[in-house]
Amino acid sequence: MKLHEYQAKEIIKQFGVPIQDGKVAETVEEALAAANSLYEDGPEGKFFVVKAQVHAGGRGKGTIKETGAKGVMVVKGVEGVKEAAEKMLGGTLLTIQNQATGGSKVHKILIARDMYYPGPSERKEYYLSITLDREKGQDVIIASSEGGVNIEEVAEKHPEKIVKEWIDPAVGLQAFQTRKVAYGLGLSGAAFKHGTRFLAALYKAYKQTDADMLEINPMFKTADDQIVAVDCKLSIDGNALYRHKDIAAMRDTAEEDPLEVEASKYKLNYIKLDGNVGCMVNGAGLAMATMDMIKLSGGEPANFLDVGGGASAETVEKGFRIILKDPNVKAILVNIFGGIVRCDRVANGIVEAYKNIGNISVPIIVRLQGTNAELGAKIIDESGLEVTSAITLAEAAQKVKEVLAKTSA
Amino acid sequence: MSILVNKHSKVIVQGFTGKEGSFHAQQMIEYGTQVVGGVTPNKGGQMHLERPVFNTVHEAVQETGADVSIIFVPPAFAADAIMEAADAGVRLIVTITEGIPVKDMIYAKMYIDDRGVRMVGPNCPGVITPGECKLGIMPGFIHSPGSIGILSRSGTLTYEAVDQVTKEGLGQSTCVGIGGDPIIGSTHLDIVKLFNEDPDTKGIVMIGEIGGSNEEIAAEWIKDNVKKPVVGFIAGQTAPPGRRMGHAGAIISGGKGTAKAKMDVMAACGIHVVETPAAIGATMAKALQQAAV
Repeated sequence: MKLHEYQAKEIIKQFGVPIQDGKVAETVEEALAAANSLYEDGPEGKFFVVKAQVHAGGRGKGTIKETGAKGVMVVKGVEGVKEAAEKMLGGTLLTIQNQATGGSKVHKILIARDMYYPGPSERKEYYLSITLDREKGQDVIIASSEGGVNIEEVAEKHPEKIVKEWIDPAVGLQAFQTRKVAYGLGLSGAAFKHGTRFLAALYKAYKQTDADMLEINPMFKTADDQIVAVDCKLSIDGNALYRHKDIAAMRDTAEEDPLEVEASKYKLNYIKLDGNVGCMVNGAGLAMATMDMIKLSGGEPANFLDVGGGASAETVEKGFRIILKDPNVKAILVNIFGGIVRCDRVANGIVEAYKNIGNISVPIIVRLQGTNAELGAKIIDESGLEVTSAITLAEAAQKVKEVLAKTSA
Repeated sequence: MSILVNKHSKVIVQGFTGKEGSFHAQQMIEYGTQVVGGVTPNKGGQMHLERPVFNTVHEAVQETGADVSIIFVPPAFAADAIMEAADAGVRLIVTITEGIPVKDMIYAKMYIDDRGVRMVGPNCPGVITPGECKLGIMPGFIHSPGSIGILSRSGTLTYEAVDQVTKEGLGQSTCVGIGGDPIIGSTHLDIVKLFNEDPDTKGIVMIGEIGGSNEEIAAEWIKDNVKKPVVGFIAGQTAPPGRRMGHAGAIISGGKGTAKAKMDVMAACGIHVVETPAAIGATMAKALQQAAV
């Protein structure tokens, strides 16, 4: 589960990670109140950073479609905050990550203190993250002296600037490892001490929240040698949310596709895509393979939908209802490998679901394979509905091709 | 011959008396698997499906001589069940449970690796040696004894491959669903090595999906070590980056783990890569003919 920057910062702060202080606002008034309260000696002449709170990355370089403002703005004084808030709130932020899906509506902004103040020491941005190394089965710390930029780019162009440290699950992160990382980043003096503490606290936050990714980019060294998290991305293992009710409650459904939110209420595993052929499949691997097959047949998958092993009439009906709400869908392919569930049962369920919904105007291809596959196909063919049956995968692909040729004609 | 399990394997079921455990234990017994008992804490001493229930895996192993355990325990308690099985000294653990937190699996994996116990799964359909031992939730009847080893990260997609291989008249030596999670007991490479050593496995079907780099690691090893024909497929060519496609492990992150990258590496390593899962069976039949010439 993804979290907003402001939520992630609140969480890591509880574990002792120093953060760039800030307050979240949903209205211009709240933004002004936040600006007035952030500095002990008042906002006069102070700098603020105003950041759009959306899940998509690349906010700093992104633009608000309606006003042309950037997704992250450094402004001066309360007037500056007011202007930035007006330009961002309610706008649509387009970034490199979300422009394909039409951008993200900005419902919340974070008003934060400016950490780039002048002082005796050199200011510098770093990169620091903790994530799972799947192949090793261990968590790994990835750090780089090149902060504020895309880490994948650094990994490609300057692999020597990346420090990695794996964590033995038996003993957890050790002090020598925090020193290794801090030395690797070139920290010294007070900044070195703060850096090691920062990392130890960050690891604690990662572990105790069941995070699958915790990224600080940039981690910033201020002109007085403090180390602070200027940005923070935190994503939690969905399978572990049952033991983090407080974090689960932070889910922001406004950031998700409305159809996906609805599907999740039905406990359906649905992901909206932008193609023209909807699909409903039992099993995640077969669902992905079915999407690929749609593409090879000349269509584009409109969604991923895994209805699970059972594929009951009730689930199938809900699946149809979700898919049919997508106006791009020109045809639907149902692909069920009936193993322990018999195909005739699934076929009856599909017919029942079809009749319950009524008025389905797109052609449906039902491919049933497994126990009683022929009987299932017979039930589909004799139902009198606008449904074609198939038994093998190759047959199903061929029928998708035929249907697409008809709809485009 | 076969890998991992055969007609001599003695199986206990952890989560025996639960709904899933009961249903699938019954199916396994009907298939002919030697299910010798089960474990459900605080239900020891009862009989279930005409087999004894034990409180602990230790007791079950001691009393029945079981060498294999299959786990149907709910996700919150599954890591504990895995470690208990490893500590009790079984040779093989098959974990069916889906939805185990990654943090729990990191510990469980370390624990079983330290004790040299092999695990298949979690989040998998299990292992089957057709005609001898069904250890999982797969439909038994689609399988037939034969010479093709099949391994895959997914359930129904494995059945698809099995069905096609059966209809080509080839049959399977053993089929292994290695699981769709980011951390799994046995990787593609682990199972490919076993199939390679098994004299009765004449060809290998390796099915992968987006996320991680296990398929690439196995492919590199295959290039240098495997003479048997290998047919490969990767699901998720049309999957968008950054989204988890049903399986916890099926995610393209930071541009890594795409289907294309995996298929390219596999093809470069001499694997017969198919673009559509519909071609798995026919491609294997052809590859075997070519290998025989």
